[in-house]
Amino acid sequence: MSTTAQPDLIRKRATAVGSNKTRRVLNKIGLYASVIFLIAPAVLFFFWMISLSLKNELDNTAYPPVFIPNPPTWDNFIKVFRENDFLDNLINSVIVSFSATGLALLLGVPAGYGIAKTKATKAAALILVARVTPALSFLIPLFLVFQWLDLLGGYLPQIITHLVVTVPIVVWVMIGSFEALPPDLEEAALVDGCTIWQAFHHVAVPLARPGIVVGMILSFIFSWNNFIFGVVLAGRDTRTLPVAVYNMLTFEQISWGPLAAAALVVTAPVLLLTLLMQKEIVAGLTAGGVKGG
Amino acid sequence: MSETTANTTLQSAAPLGGAHNYARRYWVFALPAAIVVTGVILFPWIFSVVMSVFTWKVSGNAYFVGLDNFSKLFHDTRFLWAMVRTFYFTAAAVVLPMILGIWAAVCFANNFSLRGLCRTLFILPMMATPVAIALVWTMMFHPQLGVLNYILSVFGLPPSQWVYSDTTVIPTLVMVETWQWTPLVMLIVLGGIASLPSDPYEAAIIDGASGWQMFRYLTVPMVWPFIIVAATMRVIDALKTFDTIFVITNGGPGTSSETMNMLLYQTAFAYYDLGYASALVLVFFAIILVISLGLLSMRQMERWQ
Repeated sequence: MSTTAQPDLIRKRATAVGSNKTRRVLNKIGLYASVIFLIAPAVLFFFWMISLSLKNELDNTAYPPVFIPNPPTWDNFIKVFRENDFLDNLINSVIVSFSATGLALLLGVPAGYGIAKTKATKAAALILVARVTPALSFLIPLFLVFQWLDLLGGYLPQIITHLVVTVPIVVWVMIGSFEALPPDLEEAALVDGCTIWQAFHHVAVPLARPGIVVGMILSFIFSWNNFIFGVVLAGRDTRTLPVAVYNMLTFEQISWGPLAAAALVVTAPVLLLTLLMQKEIVAGLTAGGVKGG
Repeated sequence: MSETTANTTLQSAAPLGGAHNYARRYWVFALPAAIVVTGVILFPWIFSVVMSVFTWKVSGNAYFVGLDNFSKLFHDTRFLWAMVRTFYFTAAAVVLPMILGIWAAVCFANNFSLRGLCRTLFILPMMATPVAIALVWTMMFHPQLGVLNYILSVFGLPPSQWVYSDTTVIPTLVMVETWQWTPLVMLIVLGGIASLPSDPYEAAIIDGASGWQMFRYLTVPMVWPFIIVAATMRVIDALKTFDTIFVITNGGPGTSSETMNMLLYQTAFAYYDLGYASALVLVFFAIILVISLGLLSMRQMERWQ
């Protein structure tokens, strides 16, 4: 399986355009109609999410629904941050996701290099086991271990379990990007007396920087989005944003506006990253069909 | 060169000198990750196998019960129903995203204005935080005030109970899953289409083939391995679906959307019956493994007839 990150992924056309002019026009109309049909659910959904978060409670429960907030209000966002520990949860999310991503890079980049160099793709397949396994199967034994070690409720159990998601992503992306590098430069460095560590550190890593960025973004996103580890392992003070927003739904009788605003706050960093880095994200996801959780 | 090799051998702490072992010394790089993977992935697995033959409560009392957990599992109607629901959900949540995803891949393989933006918008559902989107879906499913029933009424359709009735709950969850994961199918298949040669298409155009014929007899056979990979990923993810079901229905109403993963969570972290949950995990994992390996073995089929 090639895991090369291809920047110019989609150049060739699969559905060829008909020979005569009418057919070409019809194909074009069909294509645009298809694209509109396909992206409409996503666009409408996120539009509705933003709409809910910017309307007052009266408009949110009106029937027929009010689509355009008039006038838009920031009250829901203010309410979310004022009446909850949302800022603390945000900090928790940042701590857990950044640590899990940083550790995954520290472990996964050399591992990807080692696997690419030894061509031990069979060993790499082992890492895919993590992709197949339900998250709960890691969680049950690890939960017990953390309980014995009296670590439950802290950051450490969450960071460690997030590695189940982030390390395989980074390793998988890095194998592909190191395999794609021409070996000449490292060999030249070795001939000049570098150690393999120096060749890795000063030659291979700088060349593989685009791949590292892809691995970093993806592992951050999937760690940020993770819910199941937090819901089991987090304590009151270490809840990440997805857990906090879920608790808003269950434990408080809360109105739609603030709930939508909270949901938007949770997912906004990920959506912005996707919009800004779509090329890298698409390349990384296409490579291995990676997905966390 | 041989001098360098000897040098690096010493410094890399992997005493496997000699030119034929050249590649082996790079194992050192994978070592830290291997240790961590052993700790967080392999060790839990072994531990699960051990726990599955015990009655293991979270309080710490554990009794060896042999294979009792497994035999109990296959007589547990709640588990058997969860299995049926999981297969029902999975079948629909694989087929629909596959159809829509392949269609989308064929569309996005064309050049058109705003393609980049459209593709980004299209993949947003799979990137967004599942809990966040599940919350918004929950609000949209509200039978009286939800926007979805309003949209149905605009088209003159009767309102639906969505996740509030035991007959519509799984189709509704399939809809959410399809909305969320069609983009992954699209990306994988699109990657396949992008790697295709253009000559067969040019020849087909000259021979007067229609768009459908080219899709059916050129694109599908050529991207078949990618389609299989996408289908496998989809099966794995659909079987494992947790976040959206947990937030939207929590297995309800009653147990009518309780899939295996939901039951697993309940068993482990609501009843704290960890031994039984471990047996459930192993059976669940075996099912996932068998289905996905079975699907992957179809990858080599160059043509489908």
